[in-house]
Amino acid sequence: MSRTFLGMPTTAPKGVGHLRGAEPFPAAARRALSDAQLRRNLGHATATIRAKSGAVVAEVPDWEQLRAAGSAIKADAMARLPELLEQLEQRVTDAGGVVHWAADANEANAIVVDLVRATGSDRVIKVKSMVTQEIGLNEALEAAGIAPVETDLAELIVQLGEDRPSHILVPAIHRNRAEIREIFLRAMPGVDPGLTDEPAVLAAAARRFLRQTFLSTPVAVSGANFAVAETGTLAVVESEGNGRMCLTLPRTLITVMGVEKVVPTWRDLEVFLQLLPRASTGERMNPYTSMWTGVSPGDGPQEFHLVLLDNGRSAVLADEVGRQALHCIRCSACLNVCPVYERTGGHAYGSVYPGPIGAVLSPQLTGVADNASLPYASSLCGACYDACPVKINIPELLVHLRDQAPHPRGESAAMAAAAYAMDHPALYAAAQRATRLSRLTGRRGRGLPPPLSGWTADRDLPEPPAQTFRQWWASR
Amino acid sequence: MTTREIILARLRAALAPAPAPVEAPREYRRDAPVDLDRLVDRLTDYRAHVHRVAEPAVADTVAAILPAGATVVVPPALPPAWLPATVTARSDDDLDHTTIAAADGVITAAAVAIADTGTVILDGSPDQGRRVLSLLPDLHICVIRTAQVVANVPQALSRLTPHRPLTWISGPSATSDIELNRVEGVHGPRTLHLILLP
Amino acid sequence: MRIALFVTCLADTVFPEAAKATVRLLERLGHEVVFPAGQTCCGQMHVNTGYQAQAVSLVRRHVRVFDPYDVVVAPSGSCVGSVRHQHAMVARRAGDVRLASRAESVAARTFELSELLVDVLGVTDVGAFFPHRVTYHPTCHSLRMLRVADRPVRLLRAVRGLELVELPAAEQCCGFGGTFAVKNADTSSAMLADKLRHVLSTGADVCAAGDASCLMHIGGGLSRSGSAVRTVHLAEILAPTEPDRAGGERSDLVVRS
Repeated sequence: MSRTFLGMPTTAPKGVGHLRGAEPFPAAARRALSDAQLRRNLGHATATIRAKSGAVVAEVPDWEQLRAAGSAIKADAMARLPELLEQLEQRVTDAGGVVHWAADANEANAIVVDLVRATGSDRVIKVKSMVTQEIGLNEALEAAGIAPVETDLAELIVQLGEDRPSHILVPAIHRNRAEIREIFLRAMPGVDPGLTDEPAVLAAAARRFLRQTFLSTPVAVSGANFAVAETGTLAVVESEGNGRMCLTLPRTLITVMGVEKVVPTWRDLEVFLQLLPRASTGERMNPYTSMWTGVSPGDGPQEFHLVLLDNGRSAVLADEVGRQALHCIRCSACLNVCPVYERTGGHAYGSVYPGPIGAVLSPQLTGVADNASLPYASSLCGACYDACPVKINIPELLVHLRDQAPHPRGESAAMAAAAYAMDHPALYAAAQRATRLSRLTGRRGRGLPPPLSGWTADRDLPEPPAQTFRQWWASR
Repeated sequence: MTTREIILARLRAALAPAPAPVEAPREYRRDAPVDLDRLVDRLTDYRAHVHRVAEPAVADTVAAILPAGATVVVPPALPPAWLPATVTARSDDDLDHTTIAAADGVITAAAVAIADTGTVILDGSPDQGRRVLSLLPDLHICVIRTAQVVANVPQALSRLTPHRPLTWISGPSATSDIELNRVEGVHGPRTLHLILLP
Repeated sequence: MRIALFVTCLADTVFPEAAKATVRLLERLGHEVVFPAGQTCCGQMHVNTGYQAQAVSLVRRHVRVFDPYDVVVAPSGSCVGSVRHQHAMVARRAGDVRLASRAESVAARTFELSELLVDVLGVTDVGAFFPHRVTYHPTCHSLRMLRVADRPVRLLRAVRGLELVELPAAEQCCGFGGTFAVKNADTSSAMLADKLRHVLSTGADVCAAGDASCLMHIGGGLSRSGSAVRTVHLAEILAPTEPDRAGGERSDLVVRS
């Protein structure tokens, strides 16, 4: 890259992190769809969370006013992002923290590795964080001889199972209790061989397993749910207490956050702390939320580093329509209501950001060409838009990104021909009459060639009518 | 150009021409009366144990929760009258983590409680102590006064001081990571008692 | 009232009975229906597949054809959704501000059938007779783009002889989604399989909806599975009256599946 372009919005680099899948969505989805256990696990889990979230959202009379406020606060934060980041940097520095800037995944990983090395530790404890998954931080730490320990229960299940996360909130959503028990028995050192698959027993096993690690590791890595520019305050929202452990016990805390996580004012948290838990885990409030501002003498980590990450976000911001994807607060409500996600699970999306928000965020972070199938991984049913606590118009974004996606040549030609015919009524009428020839394709379309054969694998085409409506109208 | 300058330049270029600031509509609820029954209901719903007693009865309530001979850790400015003679209290004078983790429980005050959500918030004041104190023991007894209870999240934020280390607690440690069902008891205290004073 | 029929390309070409029923129903209610001849397709397929530039001429045609009318009706939530939520956007992206404002004006006068009946014509009992056990699939675009809410169900409840049975998980997409059903045929099939299971669980002999596209999808699946359940457009339920059948003017309802 020449220096001239250094200051231009840039997508996330290839070869590092987890934003690009190995295969297009339809191919990956096909494999997931054939896994009956996965389908059952996902169906059960998403139905459970939909019911829970629906109930606690319904008890808030001003939910729509909160959504409107959340949406506008995020739009304002994006509109003033550079100044807010400078303000955040100043406040964090004033409070005893150190701010680092990372243009991409490689830079962020190098910064974190150097900071961990400086502590002399060969191990870090980690709070669940999407952004460190995005940049492939664990791989970078391992390559540097540092062991990353995931402390969130679902992340631990994924790590011990040598698996990949498949959900923003619950990375092991694709595993049921029996499978989790098997993973623990196989891969958790010192586990009780009499372990049952009771969720409380499994949770207690994780507690025992991680306790000593929490107490003896001098450095932790976290993400951030929110960063308040006005005060320099960071917030992490969690359930288990693993977050509190990581944010409290070590001597050194390193927080990596995407630049879009900044909110302008302290007061803005009053909106998001109402929206996030109810949309996310379906709770009125999650069990634990930690807020800290720089370093508090005598309480918690005495060394605090904040890494501000771009990694493609500037490219997303450059698209006036697309930038609303940066409003996402990672609640995963859109995944839980998505009929596509419910059936394919998260792995089919390739990126660490699955589901509807992933289908609009990943292609923008990488450039649409690198995730060209994702904007099409939706029936545009609109359930995601209704569920989004900050009103991201995901269907609009999907359509917007489809327009930027590279198109198959045959499809482009067919679309051009169709548009031409539809703008010439005589041609259009002739084409309508030709649909009756579809009988030639075999009974109810069963003889159609690919890609149309995908339709007729499970569905009959309707019998063409004897006359079109406009023929009938003309004959009245 | 430093990385900082590069990123800021990229973001400015992405926004050009700079959009106008957005004024957020704030038509959501702020003013609402405090409903103590709702606080109790929400806390109980998340399996916290609630005790509504007068202040002189705090020590007896604590004695009923903890077995005789139990060891608790307490923040330096916890009112001594809250401690029953039946338990051994260690005041936090920079106790090490192992000692704190070995305690049977922790007793703290709180800064604010939110009725709508069943939340208590600790802000590290001398009667609440360092964050680690209320984290490592398996049982947490938190004493809150009615005057500290607010109706909702906006009211809570306006009472808090941002630069203090804040811990929002809504029920005992829990997880929804197994089949998205909430189960109590992972890394934080598995038992939470709230003593609500008039 | 003089009402212009926006027939939609799919109903015109493949499901004319739904459009004919719309005409019969509105005429039976004492309104004049006109069919503007130059109409073809709203361009939704192009927009939703990623060809917005090619949709501009179709938007321009649609606006030109329908601009002269005070009220436009379509027997499709999806196509009305395109007119209401996509046409102005397509025009604006093409830099044609004037077209965008005309498109907004046409959109404000364009209604899906149940909206027209309930909101514009102020009727929920259209005097229909349809002696069948019916379950209703609300279709995503009617439900979420247009927010037609319970209007279709209120219309169905007033139909003589009709037994309405609730569809489980009704608000879940059937898996059609236009080109989605082709580009992601396997996922679409999995969604359809669940929709069919729910339809069959109701014991209904008719699955109704306000969108021919979703009915084509559900009906295609029912047909392939050998089910006797038929898919019928809302208009075809609201059009027939008791005397119609007694007089034998219509044969039986059109078998679609």
